[in-house]
Amino acid sequence: MGDMNLIGASVKRKEDYRFLTGAGTYTDDVVLPQQTYAVFVRSPHAHAKLRAVRTDAAKKAPGVVGVFTGADTAAVGGLPCGWLITSKDGTPMKEPAHPILAKEKVRHVGDPVAIVIAETYAQARDAAELVDVDYEVLPAAVDVRDAVKPGAPAVHAEAPDNKCYVWGHGDAAAVDKAFKAAHHVTKLEFANNRLIPNAIEPRAANAVYSRADDSYTLYVANQNPHVERLLMTAFVLGLPEHKVRVVAPDVGGGFGSKIFLYAEDVVLTWASKQVNRPVKWTAERSESFMTDAHGRDHYTVAELALDKDGRFLAMRVHTLANLGAYLSTFASSVPTILYATLLAGQYTTPAIYAEVTGVFTNTTPVDAYRGAGRPEATYVVERLVETAARDLKMDPAEIRRRNFIRSFPYATPVGLTYDTGNYEKTLDAVLKLADVAGYAKRKEESAKKGLLRGIGYSCYIEACGLAPSNIAGALGARAGLFEAGEVRVHPTGKVTIFTGSHSHGQGHETTFAQVVADRLGIPIEDVDIQHGDTGKILFGMGTYGSRSLAVGGTAIVKALDKVVNKGKKIAAHLMEAAEADIEFKNGFFQVAGTDKKKAFAEIALTAYVPHNYPLDKLEPGLNENAFYDPTNFTYPAGSYVCEVEVDPETGVVRIDRFSAVDDFGNIVNPMIVEGQVHGGLAQGIGQALLEGCRYDPETGQLLTGTYQDYAMPRADDLPAYQVGTEKTPCTHNPLGVKGCGEAGAIGSPAAVMNAITDALGVRDVPMPATPQTVWRAIQAKR
Amino acid sequence: MPVKVSMTVNGKPVTAEVEPRTLLATFIRETLRLTGTHVGCDTAQCGACTVHLNGRAVKSCNILASQADGADVVTIEGIARADGTLHPMQEAFRQHHGLQCGFCTPGMVMSAIDLVKTTPNPTEQQIREGLDGNLCRCTGYHNIVKAIQAASAAMR
Ligand code: FES
Ligand code: FES
Repeated sequence: MGDMNLIGASVKRKEDYRFLTGAGTYTDDVVLPQQTYAVFVRSPHAHAKLRAVRTDAAKKAPGVVGVFTGADTAAVGGLPCGWLITSKDGTPMKEPAHPILAKEKVRHVGDPVAIVIAETYAQARDAAELVDVDYEVLPAAVDVRDAVKPGAPAVHAEAPDNKCYVWGHGDAAAVDKAFKAAHHVTKLEFANNRLIPNAIEPRAANAVYSRADDSYTLYVANQNPHVERLLMTAFVLGLPEHKVRVVAPDVGGGFGSKIFLYAEDVVLTWASKQVNRPVKWTAERSESFMTDAHGRDHYTVAELALDKDGRFLAMRVHTLANLGAYLSTFASSVPTILYATLLAGQYTTPAIYAEVTGVFTNTTPVDAYRGAGRPEATYVVERLVETAARDLKMDPAEIRRRNFIRSFPYATPVGLTYDTGNYEKTLDAVLKLADVAGYAKRKEESAKKGLLRGIGYSCYIEACGLAPSNIAGALGARAGLFEAGEVRVHPTGKVTIFTGSHSHGQGHETTFAQVVADRLGIPIEDVDIQHGDTGKILFGMGTYGSRSLAVGGTAIVKALDKVVNKGKKIAAHLMEAAEADIEFKNGFFQVAGTDKKKAFAEIALTAYVPHNYPLDKLEPGLNENAFYDPTNFTYPAGSYVCEVEVDPETGVVRIDRFSAVDDFGNIVNPMIVEGQVHGGLAQGIGQALLEGCRYDPETGQLLTGTYQDYAMPRADDLPAYQVGTEKTPCTHNPLGVKGCGEAGAIGSPAAVMNAITDALGVRDVPMPATPQTVWRAIQAKR
Repeated sequence: MPVKVSMTVNGKPVTAEVEPRTLLATFIRETLRLTGTHVGCDTAQCGACTVHLNGRAVKSCNILASQADGADVVTIEGIARADGTLHPMQEAFRQHHGLQCGFCTPGMVMSAIDLVKTTPNPTEQQIREGLDGNLCRCTGYHNIVKAIQAASAAMR
């Protein structure tokens, strides 16, 4: 009999034993018979014409089995973009070709020019040195603000002004009118700093072709193997989809950067047939820095109009979004659909208008990174709100309370309908958790030590559980966003679940098993979760946008319902009762009002040994699948409070306290949820204090290309976190869950920066607030 | 010219001919096929490759296999008991959810064992400073710190 308290229990993770003993299988751990190794030759320039790529010497080097360039892959299609954005003038976004190996031009440092394949990795590396590329270096467009200036170098001929689109969202006229009537306008202008995702497992892929049945298998560190396969077969290589199997085994973190179809994955798959051997490539960290899609990189002017009581009347936002050199898989949607639709935040702001210009530059492509658009939106809203409170000399909690949305469902002026929430409750809870009451005393104590203490709030909302396919489609998505699940009940009553979600740290093998064991009333040990293999899983859209439990979990629940329904029919037959009288509870099919019952395992056995079975009416076997397409997004929300101490002599910021209260709806495994919050907070605090991708503004050279130059948060940079949850269950999925994976990264940067600006008594400090930046802000104020 | 290296790895003597430039990490992963030791960077900063060399935690990407000639090496695969029972540090990571994707985990565990050996009853700050050479992108370190605190008690 199952453990009835599985939902809401901090069950220890099933996957941990293999990870803790070194028994995980990550892509680079896979070595195939006849394995060869690949190295990519990459552009050292941000922008250059390819005059010649000479490979003769490399081809003759010891151990080399193949060298290929853009000329060899000329027949292969370019990488597609999965979301069509239409400019406000009605024209579709510019979609310049994104070749898998550079053809006439290279457009960012790290752009792949050739692949060298050899018997050993060392031989491939040596031979790659012999590829002789003749570049004619061109001026580069690097910073977004420079790239849209007249006369800036054009990254693509198709977009001479470097504008991919100029997209407008909301009612501009209503906003203008409200601003004219406003009592006060708070205006801020800032960058949202560019980040490099840096999953600790570098990207890797290993492709093998089989002549025997003209099929391919690609092992790849990826968050959505079916999407990878669909894009690669249908849009790039023109291969029959059923002849390609994509396996994403254990994946060492993704944070968005492993969603996308990358050039390397396609080149490897293509090349595996040319050399008729398995070809493996694993990124060196410096390649990850240059070629994993980056995140954020906005330049924004934002204004909030208020009445004299601090009520929000309207918001106006203009953003330049750096898309990098090419459109990565979901690049176009991140600074538009996933950004401007969240600008209402938790508030009743009646009129909002956002205009976003997507800009090509000679930098690495920019795409979804943990939060994807929503951290940028939260940063705009919560920096504006806090600054407005200071402008109007109001308490920052009070100004928020005055503007909270309080009745649901609530349709925002930017296109979303929030199903449920209770923002006052999370705010009250975090004020308590953070001991805001004791803040004044702590500030005094800091002052005694010569330190500046500041406090900052951030109340975020996100749209997760991506996504209702029809809504996404109307907004330009070129794919569905449902999820699929399969429940395979074995004759002995043990269960294997096949899910289209993919776990790369989230612990699905445990959380999903809790849901299944709870629903079927069987021990959690009797449930296994399989994911990440198009050869096993019926279909899947994968894991991103905090969607796995809300969408993938619901697909499993739908399939479980079918299993139970079929089980009832079998049970009714066995117990000679009416199907309507059969109840399924605690792992037993029972005739209502009697003590006649059959255990789940007995029913499973009967389904596979159908001797006494209604074969005329019912198929044998117990295996069901379901597709689930959500009817709305989910809306996790929360309130964060950060307290910092700043040393005015050195500019060093120390986070003294960080408190987070989130509303994720129902929670299946609190331990895992807390862990997700911790990780998100670390990335958000990293963005606020440490991380900033820098390019040389003239040459486009990546200046932060290793862990020596790019400041990753380390254990002694971060505080211990205080986290709590409140709960308003999601109204439109059967689990009542909303998603928790991105919240920490979304809500925290504004809280940190609100605290720092409070400590310093300044209007703005750019992120990352490094000691030098903060010290300069202090000096500028003196 | 290949060089011959011999060492003890997880209690077993091993000998192999390798190119002189072979890193210890590569030797462990490719030659011995012990893939629990991970490689996460090329500048000796992430710590995913941490192993024990003569009892001390070292970054195996930062020394040559030939430099470990004659040494006693222990990798993550050699930490649990022969019957599969986890080492107290591994168990503490499991109990306190000190891992998510698992990629940094072998290095974290190897560093943490060394940390507790050299600083038997570490404070939170000592743990955080002691982990300076190990990057984790998933956990935010909070639960790793808790796990090491718990393990230090269990290992006493
Ligand atoms: S791989 Fe050795 S420190 Fe990163
Ligand atoms: S658990 Fe993923 S990097 Fe640490």
